[in-house]
Amino acid sequence: MGDYLSQFLRLFESYDVLGAFWVNIQLTFWAAILALVIGTVLALMRISPIPSLQWAGATYVTLFRNTPLTIIMVFLTLGVWGQLKIQLADDFPSNFFRFAVLGLAVYHAAFVCEAIRSGVNTVPLGQAEAARAIGLSFLPAARIVILPQAFRGSVAPLGNVLIALIKNSTVAAAAGVATETSSLMKTMIEFDSDVIIAIFLTFAIGYVILVIPVGLATTTLSRRLAVKR
Amino acid sequence: MRTRTRTGGLVALAATAALALSACGGDDSSGGSTEGGGTASGGGEKITIGIKFDQPGLGFKEGDTYTGFDTDVARYVAEKLGYSEDQIEWTEAPSAQRETLLSTDQVDMIFATYSITDKRKETVAFAGPYFVAGQDLLVAEDNTDIQGPEDLEGKNLCSVTGSTSAQRIKDEYAAGVQLLEQPGYAECVTALLSGQVDAVTTDDIILAGLAAQPANKGKVKVVGAPFSTERYGVGISQSSDKCEDINTAITEMIEDGSWEEAITANTEGTGYTPNSSENPPTPDACA
Repeated sequence: MGDYLSQFLRLFESYDVLGAFWVNIQLTFWAAILALVIGTVLALMRISPIPSLQWAGATYVTLFRNTPLTIIMVFLTLGVWGQLKIQLADDFPSNFFRFAVLGLAVYHAAFVCEAIRSGVNTVPLGQAEAARAIGLSFLPAARIVILPQAFRGSVAPLGNVLIALIKNSTVAAAAGVATETSSLMKTMIEFDSDVIIAIFLTFAIGYVILVIPVGLATTTLSRRLAVKR
Repeated sequence: MRTRTRTGGLVALAATAALALSACGGDDSSGGSTEGGGTASGGGEKITIGIKFDQPGLGFKEGDTYTGFDTDVARYVAEKLGYSEDQIEWTEAPSAQRETLLSTDQVDMIFATYSITDKRKETVAFAGPYFVAGQDLLVAEDNTDIQGPEDLEGKNLCSVTGSTSAQRIKDEYAAGVQLLEQPGYAECVTALLSGQVDAVTTDDIILAGLAAQPANKGKVKVVGAPFSTERYGVGISQSSDKCEDINTAITEMIEDGSWEEAITANTEGTGYTPNSSENPPTPDACA
């Protein structure tokens, strides 16, 4: 036991483990906000009465939900940055961080959209009919009546998307973000292969610590926020 | 009505099961006969060798053939240990899995650009070295202003995740270099060819292997000023008794000229020559 403790100590002394987790938290934070915005717009498109918007929303979801995240990331770095030479920032670290956030966001927006749509399904049809009956058109009806109830009903699925996003943030390594956890783990295995179990446990426990509170919080929130009918 | 549906379902299920079973039977018999034939012609046990599958010029899988300098040395050593080519079972040994593959006896030897380090010696053992590589730079063919790591000030440099070669340049040679880390060397070369990075850095022989690929030939070149030493060894488990025999085989390979031949063949057309002050190496004494 003391042996393991000294191995962990050695890893934490020679590498910035907390800094690496902090990068993943930042990636998750910005990508979650962006994905929520895109996903809400997509959900609105899919429940809207305009067929072309429904089609566009459904196409986006089908396309991005079925594309592996790594491919999106590699496309962004080698395609958009490498070939099209589009830059999101002048210095490399922020440039690739932004590309990684973008890649994570457009991918998870598809799942956010479907989570919100499942929330919309918890709102009885009568609510929409009542909203139209008092003269609200589609957007005000969605904003004032449907979406507030839908969000309360989609807390649990949104929590699942957030948990997946936390873990998927390690794919940012494919987009050139080299300070995050999976890259650090690779470096550790390369140079400290003698303590491989301690390395594994460091990251396994780290992600458990990150993910479990999110799971507990969304379960509690979904119970408290659900509209009692 | 209800019973009839259920009976129908059962009949369908039975039919499917019968089909599946007969299909399995067919597979089994044909698989068995092929395997039997293989063993008869091979004769004797197999040796499992871990190599890279994705490093052209060193360990590269093309269809079901394996090419590269690492595989050539592995074949030579295996032959000296008494295993013919068809008794070799190639396994992929990605960098992060090499120690685990050896300590759990999933492979017998590893030839996968495996540098000998003291930390690794705590969990695995090494025979060799069979090659001494050095960190170098890969640049575009028409590039003349990058002659060494000092010239990278203000330039963009690519390397792979999980190595410190790029960070070493930033720390020791050019503080103003911008680093891009990618999952593999192929991605780095793509970025180099598109002009978004000015150089790719890692061990010189890996770079030479990339430069020798048909798609990159004539477009990139190795600078040829190595500034570190990486001693590639043969990874074996600590309980292995093969170390002495492997070292003898490596020495023989260097003496009879096949070592030189393998290097030339795998870096053909790039003008690459290994660092002559370190190569060919003399294997270390076995622990």
